[in-house]
Amino acid sequence: MPSNPFPLAKSQLLQAYRTMRTIREFEERVHVEFAKGDIPGFVHLYAGEEACATGIMMHLTDIDRIASTHRGHGHCIAKGVDVHGMMAEIYGKEAGSCRGKGGSMHIADLSKGMMGANGILGAGAPLICGAGLAAKFRGDGGVGLTFFGDGASNQGTVLESMNLAAIWNLPVIFVVENNGYAESTSVDYATAVDSYVDRASGFGLPGVTVDGTDFFAVYEAAGEMIRRAREGGGPSLLECKMIRFFGHFEGDAQTYKAKGENEHNRATRDCLKMFAQRVTEGGVVAAAELAVIDREVASMIDDAVSTAKGAPLPIAGDLLTDVYVSY
Amino acid sequence: MARNISFKQAINEALDLEMRRDPTVIILGEDIVGGAGSPGETDAWGGVLGVTKGLNAKHGGRLLDTPLSESAYIGAAIGAAACGMRPVAELMFLDFMGVCFDQILNQAAKFKYMFGGKAKTPVVIRAMVGAGFRAAAQHSQMLTPIFTHVPGLKVVCPSNAYDAKGLLIQSIRDDDPVIFCEHKNLYGLETDVPAESYAIPFGEANVIREGKDVTIVGYGLTVHRALEAAEKLAKSRVEAEVIDLRTLSPIDLDTVIESAEKTGRLVVVDEANPRCSIAADVVAAVSQNAFEALKAAPQMVTAPHTPVPFSPVLEDLYIPSADSIAAAVSRITKTALAA
Amino acid sequence: MLDERIKPIVMPKWGLSMSEGKVTNWLKPVGTRVALGDEILEVETDKIAGVVEAGDAGTLRRVIGEPAVIYPVKALLGVIAADDVSDAEIDAYVSGYVTPAADDDNDPETGPRYDFVETPAGSIRYARRGDGAEVVVLVHGFGGDLDNWLFNIDTLAGKATVYALDLPGHGQSTKTLSEPSLVGLANALTGFMDAVGVDSAHLVGHSMGGAVALQTAIGAAERVKSLTLISSAGLGSEINGAYIDGFVAAASRRNLKPVVEQLFGDPNLVSRQLLDDLLKYKRLDGVGEVLSSLARALFADGRQATVLVKDLAGMRQPALVIWGANDRIIPSSHAAASGNARVEVIEGAGHMVQMEQAGRVNELILAHVAGQTKGSERV
Repeated sequence: MPSNPFPLAKSQLLQAYRTMRTIREFEERVHVEFAKGDIPGFVHLYAGEEACATGIMMHLTDIDRIASTHRGHGHCIAKGVDVHGMMAEIYGKEAGSCRGKGGSMHIADLSKGMMGANGILGAGAPLICGAGLAAKFRGDGGVGLTFFGDGASNQGTVLESMNLAAIWNLPVIFVVENNGYAESTSVDYATAVDSYVDRASGFGLPGVTVDGTDFFAVYEAAGEMIRRAREGGGPSLLECKMIRFFGHFEGDAQTYKAKGENEHNRATRDCLKMFAQRVTEGGVVAAAELAVIDREVASMIDDAVSTAKGAPLPIAGDLLTDVYVSY
Repeated sequence: MARNISFKQAINEALDLEMRRDPTVIILGEDIVGGAGSPGETDAWGGVLGVTKGLNAKHGGRLLDTPLSESAYIGAAIGAAACGMRPVAELMFLDFMGVCFDQILNQAAKFKYMFGGKAKTPVVIRAMVGAGFRAAAQHSQMLTPIFTHVPGLKVVCPSNAYDAKGLLIQSIRDDDPVIFCEHKNLYGLETDVPAESYAIPFGEANVIREGKDVTIVGYGLTVHRALEAAEKLAKSRVEAEVIDLRTLSPIDLDTVIESAEKTGRLVVVDEANPRCSIAADVVAAVSQNAFEALKAAPQMVTAPHTPVPFSPVLEDLYIPSADSIAAAVSRITKTALAA
Repeated sequence: MLDERIKPIVMPKWGLSMSEGKVTNWLKPVGTRVALGDEILEVETDKIAGVVEAGDAGTLRRVIGEPAVIYPVKALLGVIAADDVSDAEIDAYVSGYVTPAADDDNDPETGPRYDFVETPAGSIRYARRGDGAEVVVLVHGFGGDLDNWLFNIDTLAGKATVYALDLPGHGQSTKTLSEPSLVGLANALTGFMDAVGVDSAHLVGHSMGGAVALQTAIGAAERVKSLTLISSAGLGSEINGAYIDGFVAAASRRNLKPVVEQLFGDPNLVSRQLLDDLLKYKRLDGVGEVLSSLARALFADGRQATVLVKDLAGMRQPALVIWGANDRIIPSSHAAASGNARVEVIEGAGHMVQMEQAGRVNELILAHVAGQTKGSERV
C-alpha cells in the first residue's frame, strides 16, 4: 500500500474529488440547460473554481457560517446544500431550496450555515462579521467566512468589515476569490495594490495568497486560518488566485478575454484534472475510483435536472407569503 | 400615583428590561457606551443624547461601541440576527441610512422572502428622526416613508414615553426587522409609565381624543401638534378626533377609516416631505376605501418639498404647526376659527 | 366664608386620575327638598358615568353646573341649604367660592391613594380608607382591580375601615399567580389580611371575587365576619363563556369594546379611557398567562367549575347577595340559590351593579355590616 503523503485520509480525498466533481458537473449542466432557454433570469457559474470552495469548506461544519456571492453554486454545494433543491430553485420551482422565491443568486440554507448567495457584492462581509459575533457570544468555536471577488473587494462594506473584524477580534475569514475579472474589468485596472495581502496588513489582519486552482494549497492555508480563528486568534484574509471558465454571467460573450484564453485554461489550469493527477500519481487513489465518482455524480446531476424540470411551479398565493414572520 | 418618566428614560428602561429577560439581546452603535479605548471614564456618553446611559454597568459585555462603519456594524447586527441573536443596533440619525441602506433594504428586509421563508432576522435598528433641534438638513429628516415602502421591514414611531417603552419591547421581541424611530424632540417629554414590562402590539393606532367633526391623523411629534390644534378648534366648537398611528408598517388603517366614516372629514399630518409621504399613503387608502363617507377632500399637512433649513425661523416654518393643522380643518369644515 | 348651614354640591373625585367631569343632567329641580343620599345630578368623566348623591339634607337652593359643561374636581355645582338661609347669603357664598387647587396624590386630607405590601403571594397593591371599628375588605373580579369599587369605597369608609386590594395578576399587584384557583386566590387574600394586620373582616366580593370570598369563608372561617356576594361566581354553573374568552383574547380596543360593554346594563358607560386602562393592564407581562390560567381553571367551556352553594347554605356567617337584574355575565337566577342569605336583585343594572347602582349597593352593604356588630349570630 503506497503511503499517503497528503494531509487528508483517502476517504477525504475521495470526498474532496466528489465535491469538486459535483460542482463542475452542476455548472456544466446548467450552462447547457441555460443555453436551451429553460432557465429564467441569470446564472453565474463557478466552473474552474472548485478547488477554492472545496479546499476551504472541508474544514467547516454546520455551525460555521458562510456568505457567498452571486457566483454561489460552488459554495452552496461545498457547504452541503442539497443539490436537488438547488437545481429546482434555479428553475424557479416550489421544490427549490428557497421555494422558488430566490433563484440562483439567493440560494441559502441556514440549517447548513449557508447564509445565502448574494446579489449585492460585498454585502456578505458585514453579515459574516455578525455571524462571527454570534459565534463569540455562543462560545462554540464557530467561524464565519465571507467569499467575494476581486471586484467586490473594493466595496466599502468589505473594507469596513475588515476593520471591524480586526478591532473585535472576530473569528472570520475574508476570502478573496481573485479570478482576474470583475465582470469585464480586470483586477489590474480596478485594484491599486498588487496583492491583497498588502490590503490585509494595511487593515491589521494576517493575509496569505495561494494558487486557488491547487486544492492542497487552499486546504492547507485555509485550515491554518480556520484553526486560528476557532482558537480565538482573530480574523485573516485568504486570497485565492483562480480561473473562471465561463463568463461573468451566462450570455456573456467574454470578448474582454484574450483569444483562446478559456481553451488554454481548461487545458492547463483545470483544478480537477490537476487534483486527479496528483492523487493518482502516488497511487493513493486509483483512476478507476475517480471514474466511479464521475459516473455517480453525472447520474445524480441528471436526476436533479429531470426532477427539477418535472417539479411543480409555485402557486399564485406563494407571491404573498413569507414577507414577515407575522404581520 | 403617576410614575412620570421621560421618553428617553422609557427607552432606556425597555432596553434594560429586555436585556434582563433575554441573553441574546445585545446593543451595538456609535458611542452607545462611550469612551471606548479612551483614557477617561467609560459610559462617558451612554449615547449621543444619553439614551443608553447606565446600561453598560448592568449588562457589560453586551453593549458594543462601534467604529464609524454603519455598513459593517448594521450589517453585522443583521447577520447576528440571522444567526439567532436579537441585536438592537443604533443608527445614530436615520439620516445616516445612506451609508448602510443596502444591508437594510436588500439583506435584512428580504432574507425571509428570498430564502423561501427559511430565515428569520429579528434585528431592531433604533434611529433618531425629526426636526426642531436646529440640527440642519442632514440630521433632521423624517425618512419614515422610505422604510415604510420596503416590504419585509416594520416601522415604528411612538409619540410618547408610554408607547415608546411598550413598542420598543415589542420590537425586540418581534421576529422581523424593525426600524424604531425616536423623535429627538420628544426625548424629554414625560408621561405616566408603569415600571413593569409590557408590549404594545404593532398595527394598533391609538385614538387619543374623540370628536365628531373631523379626523386628524398623525405620528410622532405631529400627534402633539394635532392635539394643540384640537384645543384651538374646540374653542370654535369644532370637535376633532385625533389618531396616533404609532406604527407605520404595519399600519392600522381600519381605525382611521372607522373614524373618517364617523366624521366625514380627514386631515393627515406628516413631518416627512410631501411626495410619497405617509400622509399621501393614508389619504389614498381612505379615499379608496371610504370615499362615499367623505364630505370634503382629504387634506395633507406636511413639511414642504425642501431639505430641513438651519435658521430657527425657517425650521419652525418647516414643521407642521398647530395653526396649519387648524387651518386645514377650518378649510374643510368651512368654519372660521375663533381668535 | 364658612357657613355650616350652606352645603356645597361639588364635582366629585372618582378615582385616582380624575381631574374634571362633565355635568350631564340634573335629576332634581331647584326648590326640591332632598334627603341624605338622594340622587341629585348625573356626571360623566372620561372613565365612567355616575350619579352624585346629596351629602346633606336640605333644600336644593342653587343649580349652578350646566349640562354638557366640564368642571374641575371640587368646582361648585350647586347649593343645598336650609329654607331659612336667605338668597343674599347664598349669593354671597356662591360668588365667594373658590375652587380648591387640584390635589396631588399625597393630599394630606386623604393620605396616599394606595399602598403596597409584601405578602407570601407577592407584592399587593391596596387602598385603605376610613377608621371605623368594623373592617370591610372589597374583592374585585376577573380582570378587575380595586378601582371597580370607585363609587363604593369612600361611602363605606364613612362607617368602617375599608380595604380594597388588587388580587395577584391584577391591577398593580404582582403579576404571577402560583396557584391559579379559588383556593390560591383565597390564600392570597388571607395572606394580604395577615400582612395588613386584619384578623377578621366583612368580605365583599364581586363576581370571581365573590367566589374567592366564599372560598375564604370555607377554608378560613374565623377570618370572615360576614359575606356580601355581588354578582358572584360560585353560586351556579352558568357563566358567559364568550365574555371570558373574549376578554382574555382581545388585544385591541375594537375587539375589547363589545366584550366590556356586556358588563354594564347601559353600554354607554364604557368610555374610551376605561378601555384604554384595560388594554394597558392586559399588555403587562404575565397578565395574559394569569387570566388564561384562571379562565381555564374556573370557567372552562363556559361553565363554572366550582359551585359553592351548599357551603354557603351551611355557613354561620351572615350572607347578603346582591345582583343586577340585567346581568349578562352570570345570570341573576343564581342569586336565588343562596339558601338563607338575604337577596337583593336590583332592576336596571347589569353585572357591574356596584358601579351602576352604587347608592343602593352601599346602603345594603352598610346595613349588612352594621347588622352584625350586635353579635355573631345570624339575624
